[in-house]
Amino acid sequence: MSINPLTKQSITVQPTSVTESVGVRWLMIGISFIFIGLFLILPLVAVFGQAFVKGLCAYFDAIRQPDTFAAIRLTLVTAAITVPLNLIFGVTAAWAISKFEFWGKNILLTLIDLPFAISPVVSGLIYVLLFGRQGWLWPWLSEHNIKIVFAVPGIVLATILVTFPFIARELIPLMQAQGDEEEEAALVLGANGWQTFFRVTLPNIKWGLLYGVILCNARAMGEFGAVSVVSGHIRGLTNTIPLQVEILYNEYNFTASFAVASLLALLGLVTLAVKSFVEWKTAH
Amino acid sequence: MDILKRHKILPGFGLTLGYTVFYMSFILLIPLMVLFLKTASLSWEQFWGIVATPRVLAAFRLSIGASIISALINSIFGLMIAWVLTRYSFPGKKLMDSLIDLPFAMPTAVAGIALTSIYSSNGWVGRFLEPLGVKVAFAPLGVIIALTFIGLPFVVRTVQPVLEDFEKEIEEAAASLGASRGQTFLRVIFPTLIPSWLTGFTLAFSRALGEYGSVVFISGNMPMRTEIVPLLIITKLEQFEYSGATAIAVVMLVLSFLLLLLINLGQWWNRKRYFVMKDVKSDVN
Repeated sequence: MSINPLTKQSITVQPTSVTESVGVRWLMIGISFIFIGLFLILPLVAVFGQAFVKGLCAYFDAIRQPDTFAAIRLTLVTAAITVPLNLIFGVTAAWAISKFEFWGKNILLTLIDLPFAISPVVSGLIYVLLFGRQGWLWPWLSEHNIKIVFAVPGIVLATILVTFPFIARELIPLMQAQGDEEEEAALVLGANGWQTFFRVTLPNIKWGLLYGVILCNARAMGEFGAVSVVSGHIRGLTNTIPLQVEILYNEYNFTASFAVASLLALLGLVTLAVKSFVEWKTAH
Repeated sequence: MDILKRHKILPGFGLTLGYTVFYMSFILLIPLMVLFLKTASLSWEQFWGIVATPRVLAAFRLSIGASIISALINSIFGLMIAWVLTRYSFPGKKLMDSLIDLPFAMPTAVAGIALTSIYSSNGWVGRFLEPLGVKVAFAPLGVIIALTFIGLPFVVRTVQPVLEDFEKEIEEAAASLGASRGQTFLRVIFPTLIPSWLTGFTLAFSRALGEYGSVVFISGNMPMRTEIVPLLIITKLEQFEYSGATAIAVVMLVLSFLLLLLINLGQWWNRKRYFVMKDVKSDVN
């Protein structure tokens, strides 16, 4: 309490020494707005602007194409397999890493970050080398008539690889910060492990978990590089939404391409909104 | 309490760690090993014959050069944005803060076609640059623009928490000892930001190096001029040159591993400084 008046006094004595002048302040705010406007807002506006440039009818006609429908279906199927698998992985990895000390923990953490560092193209390539026509498992796979690369299983695998860190990465710092006194108390009071997780841990991490799931979902639906390598681009069969955007764009069918892209942009905006909501929720 | 500390009573260690390692081996580690084994079947001469061709070298020069430039742009503007977001209050601040993560949330292909339409010769920005003789789309500059978009959040999000935790008292002490605002920033504030700033730079660089989706539309993909390494890998694959694609991919992977190592070192340095700072502060208090 005795320090407070002193610091207040020093601010009033030399105001320009602890903050920037008004001019500098507004200049920096202005430059930040221009930079973000140019690099973030303009592309976002461009997607929706180009999608609706020929009106609402053209927009819905573009989305109602059978190939686009097939792409949307495949993307939904891929996300429906990927997100639950990565959710289970994320929770188990976060439990092991945040609740226990063990040898090689830092190596494990680095390995979880690996998909962030690897080019998505390389992520796709490793599955082609394993399951493709030149791959090691090809003789066995073709004998049993199993198709992985240039088929749906390859797309799902590549998507899992690219998106598996997201939920784990969201939960680990959260669970580390919360410590495990509450879980220990529950166990001492007679709860079993599952009860402890579902009644104590889960309520504590639910908002972080929600954001992790939403982000993982957005990335799974939007993944382009890795999926592009393994898909084989078979129209109506192995095209996801981003690949459909590419095909339409390369055919100079710009309005349709941006219309389909706007669906993914909308998903991105929803993801950001959920993030803001989760931050607001955890702050209160 | 002592008993609890010594014997962890929380269950599930074997199950969760076992599943984590199993899942990661199946999804990531075993396929990665296949990539390295595949390259090991090439001799050194074959490997160099693939990697040291003018087209591959040009792609590496472009990928690395454009990634460095875009990461530099992002470190300067990212530092400024982080500063503005933590220090000032102004209308639209919340919106700016949440928009920063857009490149994480928006699919790369969508960003790619949007940027191309903006910067092509009849686009919203491109039409003003064209008369000035500045060509962005289908030129190396376009690659830099796309990579800047992709890397934008990294520096902001690594520097922001450190700035938020920075104690105003330290600045006030510097000011009361006669330092000007510029001196306080350069000698007192900036040195504490360096580890996180460098980590942000490396993260942005690493992301840019491997980026594919946002670049392929705007770059035009001309061999020797605007062809990035990830695209070259895909081109080789489409021509069924599997060993070529694998050799280039291994070079990319080794670069990624090195960058990951740097990032981890940076974070370790950051944490060390950060906690030393916190200790000093708690001592003072």
